[in-house]
Amino acid sequence: MRSLIDIAELSIEEIDELLQRAEDIIANPKKYAHACDGKKLATLFFEPSTRTRLSFEAAMYELGGNVISMASAGSSSATKGESVADTAKTVSCYADVIAMRHPKEGAPYVASINASIPVINAGDGGHNHPTQTLADLLTIYREKGRLNNLTVGFCGDLKFGRTVHSLITALSRYTGIKFVLISPDELKLPSYIKKDIIQKNNLEYVQTTDFEAVLPELDILYMTRVQRERFFNEEDYVRLKDSYILTPDKMKLAKADCSVLHPLPRVNEISVAIDNDPRACYFKQVFNGKIMRMSLILKLLEVEV
Amino acid sequence: MKIDSIQNGIVLDHITAGKGMQIYKLLKLDNLDCSVAIIKNVNSRKMGKKDIIKIDADIDVNMDILGYVDPGVTIDIIRNEELVEKRRVHLPEKLENVLFCKNPRCITTTEQELPHVFRLTDRDNRIYRCIYCDTKTQ
Repeated sequence: MRSLIDIAELSIEEIDELLQRAEDIIANPKKYAHACDGKKLATLFFEPSTRTRLSFEAAMYELGGNVISMASAGSSSATKGESVADTAKTVSCYADVIAMRHPKEGAPYVASINASIPVINAGDGGHNHPTQTLADLLTIYREKGRLNNLTVGFCGDLKFGRTVHSLITALSRYTGIKFVLISPDELKLPSYIKKDIIQKNNLEYVQTTDFEAVLPELDILYMTRVQRERFFNEEDYVRLKDSYILTPDKMKLAKADCSVLHPLPRVNEISVAIDNDPRACYFKQVFNGKIMRMSLILKLLEVEV
Repeated sequence: MKIDSIQNGIVLDHITAGKGMQIYKLLKLDNLDCSVAIIKNVNSRKMGKKDIIKIDADIDVNMDILGYVDPGVTIDIIRNEELVEKRRVHLPEKLENVLFCKNPRCITTTEQELPHVFRLTDRDNRIYRCIYCDTKTQ
């Protein structure tokens, strides 16, 4: 029985296997329509989410499985003081796989060591969000045809952005990757990720506040939202939220084949006018997220198709 | 200064000078009802000065705490007033309820029954990280 808590738990070979399976799902959706007949996914979301939750649920339905869920975090037994461990043990009696989002970092890990079924981390605080990373990887792979030899820019909230941390971790294992880290000083990438991941893998990186100066060199631009819920102080949020806004004028500086990604939801950091630009890939990312979650569910449930 | 030798017990030797009392507290030696001696600032050829703790009872010492606080400590096992074994401590791979996570977003802040577990991620720089949230020890 295997869970997925951190993207680093997957080897490059396993990621490649998930990508190949995803491509096959896209090419032959009917082949997978009954792959999970009789199986149940429990979505335990202790924090608001639209996209990730719907994506998991759609993924399971498209595999022929069913979904059980709670209406909201407020309606769960957690409000009565039930521990994550007890919740995981209980839900293990009802479902075949759990997808958990929790505001506390490490909660899905605690669930995974107590559950008797696989647990998928669907986001824990500002910590990890491995299935978003799988969506990002499939998007990059489908747009560029490779996951190596890329200059990847991350822009916005690099401090609390769990999707950024997970994607950097995943891409650091490929060769020829250069990271360009664009953020205000207060939202810089945590030093442990720079030190333990980027520098440890001898990867090139640039840290800057000047978005326009580095935009022309990027193969991938990964935009992020400054997340209000990660701040203890509203004033700091208001001051930083509009630090970087991608507009059609700025896009003129980007390469003709630069792919723009965003984990969504967007607030105003990408102008709506960019949506029709063929370089905008963030809605493809949403689709790819569902496909990669299907691929992952099949792997964790050890379903052969 | 003369301190009686011990019959059956252990001697924590080569404690970095000044750390004797910290180790005494961390190992909760004040809970023992046997004789315990903390000897501070003993002359040492190798270390210049060192602390020593003598415990006149056969107890299990938490090697992880010793390894984390002072990895140069040696543990001498005494039987019938004779040194029968000398053990060295090492920087432990894992620490349980020795360090406590300070990250306010960590699951350990709301689930009080969870053990605080840290794993060694950088031996050279003695860095431990919380197994739940990856926060580094200060």
